[in-house]
Amino acid sequence: MIYSEKVMEHFANPRNVGEIPDADGVGEVGNAKCGDIMKMYLKIDNGIITDVKFKTFGCGAAVATSSMATELIKGKPVEDALKLTNKAVVEALDGLPTVKLHCSVLAEQAIKAALSDYYRKQGVDPEPIVGAVPDVETACGI
Amino acid sequence: MEKRFVYADNSATTQISKPVLDAMMPWLTEGYGNASSIYSIGMDSARAILKARETVAKALGAKTSEIYFTSGGSESDNWAIKCAADVSAKKGKKHIITTVFEHHAVLHTCQYLEKEGFEVTYIPVDEMGLVHPEDIKKAIRPDTCLVSVMFANNEIGTIQPIEEIGKICREKKVWFHTDAVQAVGNVPIDVVKMNIDLLSLSGHKIHAPKGIGALYMRTGINLPNLIHGGAQERSKRAGTENVASIVGLAKAIEMATADIPGKQQRLSKMRDRIIAELLKIPESRLNGDPVRRMCGNVNISFRGIEGESLLLSLDLEGICASSGSACTSGSLDPSHVLLAIGLPHSTAHGSLRITLGDGNTEEDADYIIEKVPKIVEKLRAMSPLWERILRDEDIDAE
Ligand SMILES: Cc1ncc(COP(=O)(O)O)c(C=O)c1O
Repeated sequence: MIYSEKVMEHFANPRNVGEIPDADGVGEVGNAKCGDIMKMYLKIDNGIITDVKFKTFGCGAAVATSSMATELIKGKPVEDALKLTNKAVVEALDGLPTVKLHCSVLAEQAIKAALSDYYRKQGVDPEPIVGAVPDVETACGI
Repeated sequence: MEKRFVYADNSATTQISKPVLDAMMPWLTEGYGNASSIYSIGMDSARAILKARETVAKALGAKTSEIYFTSGGSESDNWAIKCAADVSAKKGKKHIITTVFEHHAVLHTCQYLEKEGFEVTYIPVDEMGLVHPEDIKKAIRPDTCLVSVMFANNEIGTIQPIEEIGKICREKKVWFHTDAVQAVGNVPIDVVKMNIDLLSLSGHKIHAPKGIGALYMRTGINLPNLIHGGAQERSKRAGTENVASIVGLAKAIEMATADIPGKQQRLSKMRDRIIAELLKIPESRLNGDPVRRMCGNVNISFRGIEGESLLLSLDLEGICASSGSACTSGSLDPSHVLLAIGLPHSTAHGSLRITLGDGNTEEDADYIIEKVPKIVEKLRAMSPLWERILRDEDIDAE
């Protein structure tokens, strides 16, 4: 298996690691049994993602995709974050080994889960906007 | 400490040693004759192979005629198991006994045979990773044709009671195969005393090249071929002999078995120091038996982190090691060995295997002891699972 230089660079120096104590939205996906969990924290101001932090339990690709996903949405309007696909994360990392593609899906879902939490806190039903975020306990390797 | 390169994955493979390479060189250069040819450079090759066979036999307490060179551990395992099954089926014996934590070369071969109509009993191991000989004894039936139990486990390093199992099999008149790929050079082996009928070994774990190994087949056991073709290996294993690698294997096994107690003493001291230091890390555990263990094997799980990121982080510090996490096992489940000794998935994902070898020094151990705790701490600091462990949540609830 080979990781791109970009993946290794993000693994070695992950961006935006940590927590946001007064986050406007927090989302967590994955589970311990499968070996990957991602937790995303969003700070949203006037529809703009002003800050984002993540914590990840998982392999190198899980860390790198979390890191890249946070970079891609930081400072962007919520609408842009809603449109972020796992494919965009993979491309930004110069590709991922096929067996690791599910990590990028997890990163996309972690952001969606955090956005859903944000809408819920606003008293807005997230489903029509964000779509369904799969259950955390889905089978390994989605 | 200054950055260093520490190769601590000697159970995965080893570097070809200088004496092995030197022994091989003539056979990679001017000594290229085909051992089946009648002219002198051919006969030179044939003589070199014969001498190598004597050396390998001596290292195992076997007769020269009982050693067959193969392409490695996987081929030897396949040959022993498939072909023992094949001849036995003709006599109506279609039951095989093995264990749940064999190497895939054995496990997948047995699973293949199940599809072919054989019945396989997979003996469990205890939480220390040991096979209980009485479990084997109880599982033997009149139609059992083969018992296959690995000598030493490649992940957790446990050394099995091979002599006792061999005795049981001999009494019950069932063939006994052992995958000794990890054991050779780490544990004294005597195929006669241990009642071993078939034994697999591989070169690249003992400083010989990859792609060379051997099968010991006791006199009187006449397995059919796995590889058909020319008359090499007394018509038992076709293919023009890899003379250089055969010579290399012989040199390697001679050196590896020259002073096993010395190696055990040197490496187990280093091993135990690393284990003691790494177990000071909170929420860590040693996998496998602390004593009945290969002298270079350390296998520790750190809760709350995942093995692959641990390995990548170690690699950034110059340390090569391995893990039994799903991400490194090439499947969605963590190592079958760690699950077999009862580890929850989440703990198995966080395992680290360090396997020391001849090239490692006390300075390497110091370096490992300095780096691993820092990396574990860094990965835990960014792990949402670690938060939950600290809150005492049951993270393994289904
Ligand atoms: C216990 C065991 N059996 C078999 C093998 C396979 O040996 P080889 O790589 O020579 O095919 C290995 C090594 O990977 C091993 O550790």
